[in-house]
Amino acid sequence: MASGEIIYPGKIAVPYEWSVGEYGSRFFYELKENRKIWATRCPRCKKVFIPPRKSCPDCFVHIGDWLEVGPGGNLITFTIVRYSAQTHITSAPFAMGIIQLDGSDTGLVHFIGGVDIEEIRSGMRVKPVFKEERKGNFLDILYFTPLEVTP
Amino acid sequence: MERVAIIGIGQTKYEREKRGETSADLVFEAVTKALNDAKIGIEDIDNVVTVSNDFWDGRTISSMAVTDACGSYGKNVSTVEGDGTFGAFYGLMRILSGSFRSTLVVSHCKGSEGSNHLITNAIFNPIYERAIGLDSISSSALQARRYMEKYGVTEEQCALASVKNHKNAKDNPFSQIAMDICVEDVMNSKALSDPIKLLDSSPISDGACAIILADEWMAKRVTTRPAWVKGVGHSADAYNLGDRDLAEPDALIRAAQKAYDMAGIQEPFREIDVAEIYDAFSYQELLWSEGLGFCERGKGGRLIESGKTTKEGMLPINPSGGVLSAHPVLVAGLARIAEITIQLRGEGNGRQVDGAKIGLAHGINGACGQAHCVWILES
Repeated sequence: MASGEIIYPGKIAVPYEWSVGEYGSRFFYELKENRKIWATRCPRCKKVFIPPRKSCPDCFVHIGDWLEVGPGGNLITFTIVRYSAQTHITSAPFAMGIIQLDGSDTGLVHFIGGVDIEEIRSGMRVKPVFKEERKGNFLDILYFTPLEVTP
Repeated sequence: MERVAIIGIGQTKYEREKRGETSADLVFEAVTKALNDAKIGIEDIDNVVTVSNDFWDGRTISSMAVTDACGSYGKNVSTVEGDGTFGAFYGLMRILSGSFRSTLVVSHCKGSEGSNHLITNAIFNPIYERAIGLDSISSSALQARRYMEKYGVTEEQCALASVKNHKNAKDNPFSQIAMDICVEDVMNSKALSDPIKLLDSSPISDGACAIILADEWMAKRVTTRPAWVKGVGHSADAYNLGDRDLAEPDALIRAAQKAYDMAGIQEPFREIDVAEIYDAFSYQELLWSEGLGFCERGKGGRLIESGKTTKEGMLPINPSGGVLSAHPVLVAGLARIAEITIQLRGEGNGRQVDGAKIGLAHGINGACGQAHCVWILES
């Protein structure tokens, strides 16, 4: 009688080509070419969404208005990640948080860096630091850094 | 609403790694136990809802891979990809449609076979925040801090949920992690993602759970110990974490209100005898207690400090040990329904809450409780 404890190791690696869409493309173009963060605003409730949304989830109407937000913002919450995982592109410990950029009604989840991670506090004013070589994706923003720390 | 009852339940023991059983084996075990519990045969089941997730199973249309093991040949079988409470909700709707008399709902997961970080990272938008490595632990840490800072809830108060539930688990033969620990043990456990520590977190688990729902006609003929469905509510919130204030469980408040309205409950803390809620992390028991209206907003810490949610308290929460003591993803909510059924029958042995007549079971789906499903059951 077999013990039933034979393990069959497998792996699924499926490539995708995700469309970022018309709005995502404009968002990433502005990051890459102009180091600017653009959002969209609902014509009815005036709520400003980032990442940019093409429809308002509250009013359920099409959104066509664009505006620049930030670059300053408030750190709403954060965590210091202290474990290692395959999904991490930077070694632990590192910080991530939710940033509400000035002029936006929603938060953006991103890295918090350029600061001693033990000094990070909710409510801090932060601003984005862009990569020198930008590719038109979410990681064109290297991280958000406290305003008072970085000149 | 037509009366529908839970007439049978079956659970495997939840364990870190069930090497001896495939997912289908777990489904067969849970379904067989549920049928035996209801004292009916598979031929008495007229439709089946399977609950699974393709990423966890590493298989496309994973729900259809367990059709053999749940005895669904020749029957109407449909699927839910989400927590088991949502599968049960769908199963309930199928009976209420009048097209079916008895729904078997079965959920399985083998967390041990995949990679929690990779799979839960894939919850998030691949175009945006997935790239920063966000996963179930770090996203929950963002929520935990937001909640704790907004309302002044402390890490020590959250730790009390871990202490209480791991102790309760000692009386639950299905639980995975049962132990006597103190607040200091939780506080001193390994930091994972501040403010979440190892003992604030639920484990990786393998297991399956099945329940059988039946209409009144069948329930009255089959069982003398039905758990009647008095109310259900279901509500979802925004997908993007940044669209929500993570300290505000709005979807849960709405789901609970629907369930309470249906069940005629006006003062949940006073009227409900026992609750099983989805505490994937210790802070969630506090936050969800608020969303369920067991206390005022921001008072979840004080509620657990009061001792009123222990097994001997006014409203025992998670006498089974909760999700902190066993977390088979997708199964865990269905296990909450099974546990409440056990309580309402008075079959909880060491974890039995005296005189439990009305119970609440709760499940969540999506990151940081994006969606909630609330069940009110009555003996």
